[in-house]
Amino acid sequence: MSDHEYTPKSKLGKWFNDRLPLLTLSNHLQEYPTPKNLNYWWTFGGILTFCLIAQIITGLILAMHYVASADLAFGSVEHIMRDVNYGWLIRYVHANGASMFFLAVYIHIFRSLYYGSYKSPREVIWIIGMIIYFLMMATAFMGYVLPWGQMSFWGATVITNLFSAIPLVGESVTNWLWGGYAVDNPTLIRFYSLHYLFPFLIFGLVILHIWALHVPGNNNPIGIDIKKPSKDTVPFHPYIVIKDLFALLIFLIVFAFFVFYSPNILGHADNYIEANPLVTPAHIVPEWYLLPFYAILRSIPDKLFGVIAMFAAIFVLVILPWLDTSKVRSAIFRPLYKQFYWFLVADVLILGYVGAMPAEGLYLLVARVATAYYFLHFLVILPLLGAKEKTLDIPLSLTEPVLGGSPKESMAKNKKEI
Amino acid sequence: MEEDKKTNRRDFIFTASYALGAVGVGAAVWPLIDQMNPDASVKALASTEVDVSGVEKGQSITVLWRGKPVFIRRRTEEEIAKAKDVKLEDLPHPETDEERAKNPEWLVMLGVCTHLGCVPLGDKGEYGGWFCPCHGSHYDTSGRIRKGPAPTNMEVPKYEFVNSNTIKIG
Repeated sequence: MSDHEYTPKSKLGKWFNDRLPLLTLSNHLQEYPTPKNLNYWWTFGGILTFCLIAQIITGLILAMHYVASADLAFGSVEHIMRDVNYGWLIRYVHANGASMFFLAVYIHIFRSLYYGSYKSPREVIWIIGMIIYFLMMATAFMGYVLPWGQMSFWGATVITNLFSAIPLVGESVTNWLWGGYAVDNPTLIRFYSLHYLFPFLIFGLVILHIWALHVPGNNNPIGIDIKKPSKDTVPFHPYIVIKDLFALLIFLIVFAFFVFYSPNILGHADNYIEANPLVTPAHIVPEWYLLPFYAILRSIPDKLFGVIAMFAAIFVLVILPWLDTSKVRSAIFRPLYKQFYWFLVADVLILGYVGAMPAEGLYLLVARVATAYYFLHFLVILPLLGAKEKTLDIPLSLTEPVLGGSPKESMAKNKKEI
Repeated sequence: MEEDKKTNRRDFIFTASYALGAVGVGAAVWPLIDQMNPDASVKALASTEVDVSGVEKGQSITVLWRGKPVFIRRRTEEEIAKAKDVKLEDLPHPETDEERAKNPEWLVMLGVCTHLGCVPLGDKGEYGGWFCPCHGSHYDTSGRIRKGPAPTNMEVPKYEFVNSNTIKIG
């Protein structure tokens, strides 16, 4: 938080601010000192905020026309598509918005991985972010069930059956989740209820995420601690606001392309067939953003361990700040980590690809190798790199690479601490 | 602050209050959790009667029971022989065919793959029984798991012949 006291200029403003310091908050958000070297990978926080608000608004509208009932849900979605004014637009924005949300969140997460943004003192920001990510997956999964198509129904069946792998209480847990002995009307209604709730939980966590961010301030591509405010920072408004808005516009072009030119390319044709509990589609695939985890699930031949591996894949991310022991944040100064980073990116993309393919033959073999490498990266390579890697010299300040040294004595002292 | 370290009456009151509070919160939360369990109307559909008079040998029908498909197959002599021939040690989940089909001609089981709940396809797979398209589990002519990720055989529900033409499931 900025340390200077803020006093509103107008009398009314002062009167109000003394009672509820909203203007102080607003001033803090405007003045918030931001590293001046932030690149476009740092604009995805703003883009994600936009995605969340867009999902909440379009979702609120869809809820005005949707009917959560196993007999009526499928028809009500078609009603939205055909009869409701602009219903097709709102539904396509909501459905593709989920994909855009995940696209942005994956870029946001991989940016953090590259520049070491999860490291001390930003571990809590990272963990809150991972909780948000987990809630996003749960929300997206439940939302996908609501149209009550074949993929909705069978996706829900496969995912809820994951809990049947729990020893002893597995069956009771799944019956409790379903409200019956199979995915049915009670399941649909509760998913609708929770799908409505979760975005607001995410919204609350986003506020905590930003609050936790504003305590130490942003990381930056160089990854060094900087003095705030100083010559190394710029105020959030207008500099970052305008940059974020520009990036958002570019992002919206991609978003609009999907909505208007290929609104169904990220979905499955099977979901335009109404749910039928007697027939499973030939090839069940989750939405693209869950594919890497699905590949991990299927790569393990044992049901219980497959489920454990899938949840462990998310959990290793939560404890990442303690697995990566290197004191240097940015991959720019970590020649070995930089290479392993790109291996990991490739590994996750491969997992996503094989997750979409049938689990047999070569695909299964590739999925197993990629799963093993995923855990190897986090559990073995990162701790070893922290101890063995020879990192490059870190500049003393953001200006040093340009001006050849920090004019300030305090900056030079920082280096010894690093 | 010597006397603070000793357990006194106040500590006892605190502990007792917390304990009572925890019990109260638990009692209040339980209805909020239990409401999600299968309700009375779902449980009321616990049994269903099926007329199987039209099923010829080698045919199967699928009926819905508790929201789940139930396979009722009238097996051929060949299928029964095949199911009985299997050695128990070859089975991941050892069950004899006699245990699974009281009347060998009729195999009644939940058409739900024990892996992640998909509906297996009939007359498919490497063992002439069922094959689950989701993650590749193969079942034999007795519905027993032979190959793939499913941990157990397809479940045989509680059922009985009410008369020679009618099966009551549940």
